[in-house]
Amino acid sequence: MKKALLKSAICAAALGGFAHAAAADESASLVINGELEIVTEAPAPAHLDGALRTVYSGWVFRSDETQVMQMDDFDNPGMIFVESGMADWNTAEGTEGKSCADCHGDAEESMREVRAVYPKWNDEAEEVRTLQMQINACRTEQMGAEALKTDAGSMLNMEAYISSVGRGTIVNVAVDGPAQAAWEQGRDLYYTRTGQLDLSCANCHEQNYGNMIRADHLSQGQINGFPTYRLKNAKLNGVQGRFKGCVRDTMAETYSPGSPEFVALELYVASRGNGLSVEGPSVRN
Amino acid sequence: MKRIIQLAAGIALSAGAAAAEVAPGDVVFGEYGEVVESLTGVAGDPEAGRAVMNKGSGNCVACHQVTELEEVYPFHGEVGPSLDYVGERWTEADLRGIVVNAKNVFPDTMMPAFYKVDGFNRLGDGFTGKAKEGPATPLLTAQQIEDVIAYLMTLQ
Ligand code: HEC
Ligand code: HEC
Repeated sequence: MKKALLKSAICAAALGGFAHAAAADESASLVINGELEIVTEAPAPAHLDGALRTVYSGWVFRSDETQVMQMDDFDNPGMIFVESGMADWNTAEGTEGKSCADCHGDAEESMREVRAVYPKWNDEAEEVRTLQMQINACRTEQMGAEALKTDAGSMLNMEAYISSVGRGTIVNVAVDGPAQAAWEQGRDLYYTRTGQLDLSCANCHEQNYGNMIRADHLSQGQINGFPTYRLKNAKLNGVQGRFKGCVRDTMAETYSPGSPEFVALELYVASRGNGLSVEGPSVRN
Repeated sequence: MKRIIQLAAGIALSAGAAAAEVAPGDVVFGEYGEVVESLTGVAGDPEAGRAVMNKGSGNCVACHQVTELEEVYPFHGEVGPSLDYVGERWTEADLRGIVVNAKNVFPDTMMPAFYKVDGFNRLGDGFTGKAKEGPATPLLTAQQIEDVIAYLMTLQ
C-alpha cells in the first residue's frame, strides 16, 4: 500500500491533482456510529501464501464522501433495506406459519457470529452453502415458504440484516476440511483469465489494487462489505451479481449467480478477507 | 460500454472491405514478438490513432498515462507504464507487435491482444456477458492498429 500511496501521490502532484481528486484517503479508519470499530486492514491470511501481505476492505479505496456515508447508519442508504430485512425476520410465512424469529429468536444475538463464517460447509446437505443458500434452505425446509431469488430484493434485504448484526465480527471462513475442494475450485477460477480482454480477478484485484483503471480506483475486490449499497445503481448489490459484472467486463461469457462456480468463487474470495470485519451493508460507488 | 462496442463493430464492418489486409491469423511475428510488415499497406493516420487511444475497443488510456493526451482525456489508468517517449524506446515493428499481441513481447502481461481472434477462454459477445456466437472480431481493425502505431511513433 505504501508503494501505491506514494505512486498516486506522485501522479496527483504531476497532474495538479485533477485526475486523482476522487482517490481515497487510504489511511482513514472506519468507526460506525462513533462506537463500532471496523477492521479495514489486516495481515493477509496464511492460505494466501504471500500473494498479498495485507488485506484491505474496499472501503479504504473509496472517496472521502463515500467513506463518510458508511460511518453513520442514518447516512448509510443500505440501512433502509436492513429495516425491511428485520421486518421480514419477524414475519410468519409459508405452510408452517413460522417466522425466522420463531426458530432463531433475536437476530442480534443468534445471528451475530453467522455472517463471518459464510460460505460454509453443510454436513447434512453435503454442500458449501452461501448465506443466501442457507436462508433459502430455512425457508423451504423449515417454513414451507418459497425460495427467494438469488441476489435480488427480499433476499438481499435479509442478507443485509444478518450482516448488519454481525458488523465488527472478524471474517473467518473455513478453507480446509470438507470445504477444501470448493475452495480450490474457487481459487482456480480467481486466477483463470477470461474473455477477449483475457483478464483474471487477480490481474485487477491482486496485482493492481490501489491503481487507477481509467477513472476507477481498484480495490482488492474483498466481499466483507456485502451486500453493498452502490451509489451507481442506488440499490443493494449481492456478491455474485458483482462477480458477474466483473467477468462481463473482461468481455467473457459470465457464470450465473447461484451457479456452483460462483458459490466456489464466493467461498474463495470470502476467505481472502479472513481477518477483516464484517461490514455489510457497506456503501460503495 | 455497449454503445462503444457497437461503434467499434461498425468501424470493423466498414473497414472489412479494404484490400490486402493481413488477417489476424496470418500475422508474422519476429523473434521478439515484433511485426515488421504493415497490416494494411496503407500508412497509419496519427490523428485517427489518437482517437483510438481513448475510445471504444482501444481505450489505451484505461491503463496508460500519456502526457500529450491528458488535457483531452483526463482520466487515465496506472496499470501499464506511461507511453511518453514510447516512439523512442521502441521501433515501429516492436510497437506493432506489442499492440497486435503484447503477450509475445511481455509474457503474462495484463495488456490485451488487440489483433487476435482465437485462443480465448469463455469468449463473450462484447460486454453483454453472453457467449459469442461465431468467430471473434479483433478488438481493433488492421487499419486502427496502423493508426495507433503512427500515433505512438509521434511520442518522441
Ligand atoms: C478489468 C478489471 C477487473 C477484473 C478482471 C475484475 N474486476 Fe472486480 N472490480 C473492478 C473494478 C474497477 C471495481 C470497482 C472498484 C473496486 O472496488 O475495486 C471492481 C469491484 C469488485 C468488487 C466490489 C468490491 C467492493 O468493495 O465493493 C468485487 C467483490 C470484485 N470486484 C470481485 C472480482 C472478482 C471475483 C473478479 C474475477 C471473477 C473480478 N472482480 C475481476 C475491476 C475488475
Ligand atoms: C488492461 C491494461 C492495458 C491496456 C488496455 C493497454 N495496455 Fe499497453 N501495457 C499494459 C501493461 C501492463 C504494459 C507493461 C508490459 C508488461 O506487462 O510488462 C503495457 C505496455 C505497453 C507498451 C510498451 C511500453 C513500454 O514503455 O515498454 C506499449 C507501447 C503499449 N502498452 C501500448 C498500448 C496501446 C497502444 C494500447 C491500446 C491500443 C494499450 N497499450 C492498452 C497494459 C495495458
